[in-house]
Amino acid sequence: MHGHPIVGAIVNLNHPDHYIHWGFILISVANFTVIIVLIVLFVLVISVPFLKGKPIKRKSYQSAPMDGAEEAPEGWTGRGRRLGLKYLPPDKLLPDGQPSYVSSWVYVFGVLTIGALIVAILSGMVLALEGPTWWHLSSIGLFVNSLHLWSVELFMGFMTVHLWAKFWMAAWRGKRWLTWMTGVLAFLVSIVEAFTGYLSQTNFDSQWIAFESKDAFNSGGIGAFFNAMNFGQALMLHIVLVPIVLVLIVGIHVLMVRIRGVVPPIGAEPAHLGDDRSSSTAAVTLEQGDVGKGNAMEVGQ
Amino acid sequence: MSRWRESERSYSNPWRGPLRHYDILKEATIGFVIVLVLVFILAITFSSPDVPPITVQAWATAQPAGFVDIALTELNGTSTTATYGPPYNTGTGSLQSIGPVSLQKFFGVKYPIDTAKDFVLNPLSTLPGFPALTAAIATYKHASKATEARWVSNYQARMNRLSLGSSAVIAQMASAGPVPELMTHLLAMAQSGALDAQLLTQSSFYTTNYTNPVMFIGDSVVAQPKSYWNKIVTADHLEGNQWGVMNETGSWPGQPWMWLYTMWYQVPPMSNSDNVDVEVLAIMTVLSLALLFVPVIPGLRRIPEKIPLYRLIWRRYYRDPEFTNVDTPAQRP
Repeated sequence: MHGHPIVGAIVNLNHPDHYIHWGFILISVANFTVIIVLIVLFVLVISVPFLKGKPIKRKSYQSAPMDGAEEAPEGWTGRGRRLGLKYLPPDKLLPDGQPSYVSSWVYVFGVLTIGALIVAILSGMVLALEGPTWWHLSSIGLFVNSLHLWSVELFMGFMTVHLWAKFWMAAWRGKRWLTWMTGVLAFLVSIVEAFTGYLSQTNFDSQWIAFESKDAFNSGGIGAFFNAMNFGQALMLHIVLVPIVLVLIVGIHVLMVRIRGVVPPIGAEPAHLGDDRSSSTAAVTLEQGDVGKGNAMEVGQ
Repeated sequence: MSRWRESERSYSNPWRGPLRHYDILKEATIGFVIVLVLVFILAITFSSPDVPPITVQAWATAQPAGFVDIALTELNGTSTTATYGPPYNTGTGSLQSIGPVSLQKFFGVKYPIDTAKDFVLNPLSTLPGFPALTAAIATYKHASKATEARWVSNYQARMNRLSLGSSAVIAQMASAGPVPELMTHLLAMAQSGALDAQLLTQSSFYTTNYTNPVMFIGDSVVAQPKSYWNKIVTADHLEGNQWGVMNETGSWPGQPWMWLYTMWYQVPPMSNSDNVDVEVLAIMTVLSLALLFVPVIPGLRRIPEKIPLYRLIWRRYYRDPEFTNVDTPAQRP
């Protein structure tokens, strides 16, 4: 059965796994290890002290106001640009500062997730160049497939830690519901993307998964539109349609993070939240005229 | 203004607390490089699984009698595929519903499969140079349904005495009409690999649709607990009752993110239900929607405030004076 030579493997996993059986729970050691690593990682990233940062003193992160005499740009393009600059000025899109509470390793996992997605896309592109069965016949192909597999495992792992963290931070607060929902959508679409990838392996695993999963799809009527045993359909979904949707959702998610900013801590100081009614400090800002907008900042990650 | 709306307004205000330097492009670049290095290390260290798929040829060679047993059920329309229901046919064997609602039935037959024709008679009719086989196919096709059923039943009664791995397939049996001739040739065709090709290419030279061979072999998984395919997947812990959805061949991690989905299959009453697939699908749909709409579901959206893990994440803000005393808006120049 396990006849294919393993190329480039230092640790040989090509043997039957050990399984943990506890009550009705049955899980392979490999899968259990992944879950434990994720939990340990999650505990570490929320408990290990973050690097010290330098405080920043600056008047404004807003773009310079337009000269009153200057004519506003016209037409769809002009209005579009004005809208873009209003909600996403360059200093919000590419910030060089952030609220100081952004000081935990959990904030790194959004970037790591996107990094893993990029590696998955790049390695997938190499596989696409040579065709879906190349990696069975070539040692280089097998290595590229390994890059693809592990980038996906990291992508899903990093995204899971990111999702856990954002849940416990209640990251949807402050009209950030669209940020949260695009994040959850990205997670769900990623599961579809990974699943169609497993179906596209053209090996024993994909053959069995196609057979087993058909009942789930058929039972809900999905089978009338998606046939898991149609390799061509699964492959096209995996390399064209679903990645486009996924990248689009991730793109909207990142833009929403930039537009809305990182959610402040639960119970943050009223003055920090610009709650002028409960803070004399903020009241002073109000009296200065510009409602403190010039001093305010919304950045995120 | 309600408490929730007021806190929404506060948390959506631009941040006016202490700030720190941050370089988004630098962080993105470092993050990407770290991931790239990690992926290379993992790929070099662990490689990736690649077990070749099984074939009808391998199955028919390993378990000739087992193969013929299943082929007989395809011929008389009693196999799992033949009685499955939508999207393959109008059967009810695998038709699932929640109460009176069955989306499976609603969307109807999309990929019609006639197992007698598609799995047995049509592939056999492509074999050239066997006049006796051609006559046997014609005899079978022109017989009444009752006669066909009697022939197959008589043949099955004799075949059932054989073990799955037996190669002593019965070539002559008067009470089975043309069935021995059909089965002898079908087995030979399967063992030569020709049936794999025929099951794939009946409609076109080019194909990417493996439904027919997968369903044919899959019928043995359901009907024969010790079938060729069953023995392999059981050894690799890939069966549904082994949480197989999240497993991978060998010792590689599979899709651990499917743990919740596959867990429901192990839990009563779903684990004992004839509608287990659609019930688990419904549960996961509801849970996914709940996760998606957490921000607008009262109660759910406040769970993080009740279990203060957030205090650990933002502990520097809550405890370190730097985060409360430095660079507040009023102190800025």
